[in-house]
Amino acid sequence: MKLLIKNGRIIDPASGVDVVGALCVAEGRIVAVGPIPPEFKAERILDATDKWVLPGLVDLSAQLSAPGFSSQEHLETEMRAALAGGVTTVVHAPEAQAVVDTPACVRAFNACFDWVRPINIYPLGAMTLGLAGQGLTEMAAMVEAGCIAFSQADRPVLDTRMMLRAMQYAKTVDVALWLRPQEPWLSQGGVAASGAYASRLGLPALAVEAETIALQTLLTLQRMTGVRLHLCRLSSATALAMVRAAKKEGLPITCDVAVNHLHLTDVDIGFYDSNFRLDPPLRGQRDRDAIRQGLLDGTIDAVCSSHLPITLELKQRAFEEATPGAIGLELLLSLVLKWAQDTRTPLVEALKLVTAGPSQVLSKCVSAPLPGVLCVGAQADICVVDPEAYWMVNRENLVSRGINTPFFGRELSGRVQVTVLRGEVAWELRL
Amino acid sequence: MRHPQLNRHGELTHLLTTEGLSRALLMRLLDRIETLMPQATQSLDPSICLQGKKVSLHFLVNLCEDDRLTQQRFVRAAEQMSAEVQKGDVWRDCDILVTRHASSGAPFELAQHLPSHVHLINAGDGCHADPTQALFNAYVIRQIKKDFSNLTIVIVGDVLHSREARSTIHALTTLGVPEVRVVGPHTLMPEGLAQFGVRAFTKLSDGLSKADVLIVLPPPQAAVVGTHIPSLREFELAYAISKEKLSCAQTDCLVLTPHAVSHMMVDRESTHLAVNMAVMSLLAGASS
Repeated sequence: MKLLIKNGRIIDPASGVDVVGALCVAEGRIVAVGPIPPEFKAERILDATDKWVLPGLVDLSAQLSAPGFSSQEHLETEMRAALAGGVTTVVHAPEAQAVVDTPACVRAFNACFDWVRPINIYPLGAMTLGLAGQGLTEMAAMVEAGCIAFSQADRPVLDTRMMLRAMQYAKTVDVALWLRPQEPWLSQGGVAASGAYASRLGLPALAVEAETIALQTLLTLQRMTGVRLHLCRLSSATALAMVRAAKKEGLPITCDVAVNHLHLTDVDIGFYDSNFRLDPPLRGQRDRDAIRQGLLDGTIDAVCSSHLPITLELKQRAFEEATPGAIGLELLLSLVLKWAQDTRTPLVEALKLVTAGPSQVLSKCVSAPLPGVLCVGAQADICVVDPEAYWMVNRENLVSRGINTPFFGRELSGRVQVTVLRGEVAWELRL
Repeated sequence: MRHPQLNRHGELTHLLTTEGLSRALLMRLLDRIETLMPQATQSLDPSICLQGKKVSLHFLVNLCEDDRLTQQRFVRAAEQMSAEVQKGDVWRDCDILVTRHASSGAPFELAQHLPSHVHLINAGDGCHADPTQALFNAYVIRQIKKDFSNLTIVIVGDVLHSREARSTIHALTTLGVPEVRVVGPHTLMPEGLAQFGVRAFTKLSDGLSKADVLIVLPPPQAAVVGTHIPSLREFELAYAISKEKLSCAQTDCLVLTPHAVSHMMVDRESTHLAVNMAVMSLLAGASS
C-alpha cells in the first residue's frame, strides 16, 4: 500500500530529525521523509496534525505468553497489545514453560508466530538445555534457525564453570549473551528488596548483592572471554556504577532497565499491593535516582517493558505468593514520556531509549536493516502518537489479557493512535 | 493512602496491624481491655454483648499448639460475649472474621474483598503482624509499670521472623516508650531497625542494661537451626534468660515470656480473653 502520513511532527532519534512534514510509505518501506515527492500517489492518507510520527518502538524484553495465557488466541491478543502501544519489534526471552533450546524449537517458535501475522519478533535462545544451567545448546545451529542471541531468562546459572564455557562458546560462534545478573543463592526466596520497608512488611528480603555479586562475576568472565554481553533489567545504583566503569574500560557491554523502575520504589508496594510484586523487585529511592541518571548519561542503552501478562488468579494472592511481573507493552511509551516530563529530559533523548537505543543494542546481534529508525529505505514500522491524549489504565482501555500493572487505575498521557507495521496500518485506536 | 484497617471516617473497621494506629486509638483499646478484665471471668455486662453477631475463624496454617491456643482464646472470647461461633467456609456471612495466615500481608488482600459489614481481626500473618499479642504485651506493661514514657523495653530472640516483635515495637513506640531495644544474633535481625526507632544489640548483657521490661520471644523455629543459628543449644547459651543474666536489668524488671509473666498480679488467660473481647467489641460497635 502507498501510505502518506502528513502534517505530523516527525521525530527520529536515530538521525536527530525533528521536523513537521510528511512521511511516505510504499512497498513496506519509507520512501520519503519531509516533503512529499511529486510523483507519489497515496492510496491512503493519514492526517497527523498535532501528532508525533515516531519509529515503531523496540522492546528488548517482552513475554507474549505466560501461564494461563499461552493459547494462539492469547498470543494474538498480546501482539495487538504491542501494536496498541506502538511497539513493532520485540525481543522475546526464552520461557520456562516452552524453552527454545534446539534448532527445531526455534523453527517451531517462528512458525507459531508467523501464523498469527506478528510484529517483528527476535527470539532469544536458551543458553543451556532446558535453562537448567548444565548443558550448552547448539548455538550455531540455533542462530542459523533464527535466534539473535542467547539468554538464561530468569534462571541463574549455578555453576560458574558452565557460565565461563557458555561465554567462551558464544564468543566462538560470535553471538551475544543476554543475561540478567542473579546470584543463585542470594536471590532465592526474596520477594522484596532488602531494607527497612521489607522489614516493616515482614517480607522475605532480596539483598542488592544478589545482583551486584552476580554482575561482578559476569564482568570478570567477560573480560576473560571477550564475549558480547547485554545485561538485562538492572535495578540497583551499585550495578549501574559497575556498568559505567566497565563501559569506560571499553568492555563490549550494553544494558537495559525495566520501565516500571524509572518511576517506582519499594515504598510504593504500600499495603502489599501484588501489582507491585516485580522481578527484579522495586528498590529504594537512591536506586531509582541512579537509574534516571544512568538513562541521561548513556550508561543505560534502553528501556524495556518487561511485559508479562499474569492471570488474576495468580496475581490476587498474598504478596509473597503472587507471581511477579507486570504488563507493559501498552504503557511503555506513556511511562517513558512521563519520566521525560518529570525530569525535564528532552523529548528526543527520551524517545531514543525505546527506539534508536534498543536498535543499537540489536545492531550487535542482527544484520541491517535495523528497526526503530525513520529514514528513507527503512522498513516502515511507524507509530502516530497524540501527546495530548490522556488515557486511563483500566480494563476497558487495555488490550492485553493481563491487567497486572502497578499503574492500574492511573491516568497517563501520550496515546498511540495508529501503528504501521511493514508499511500496512496494523492498529488504529477506536474510541 | 488510607490504611485499609480504617474506614473513611478514620475509625477502626479491621484490626490488621498495630502499625499506623494512633496513640489515642491504642489507648482506647487498652482502656477497653481494662474495662473488660473483670468481665472476662464473670458474667458479661449486657451492654457489652455481641448477641446476634457471628464470628468465624480461618487459620490457614499448619496448626501447631500456639495456633490451637490462639483459636481457643478467640472462641472463648466470642462465646463469653454471646456471639455465635461459626464453623466452615462461611466467612462472607459472618460479622467478625478472625484469620491467621502463613504469608505476610494476606489479611490485607483478604480485607479488600470482604463485604463491608465484615470486620477482620488478624491473628497473625507470616512475619508481619500479631496485633492482639502486641496489645496483650502493651496492656500488661501498662498495668504493672503504669507509665510508658520512662521505660526501657527489651525484646530478645528471633526478631527477624517474629510478627509479635514487629507489632509490639510499633505499639510501644507509638505509646511513647522512649527506648526499645532488640537483642539477638545478626542473622535473626531484620534490616532497618533504626527506622523502626529501635536499637539493636547482639550481646544480651549490653541489651539488658537497666531494662525495665523484658519480652522474651518464642525459641527460634527448627527451620532456622543450621541456617541462621548453628544450634538451639548455642542460641540458648547466648540468649536464654536467667536470674544471673537479669542482674544487669532493673531490680523490678517485668519479664514476659511465651508462657508466663513474672508479675503475680497478671492472669495470662484472663488478659488474653479481655484483649480479644475488647477488639471484637470495638470492631463490632458494641458500647461499653
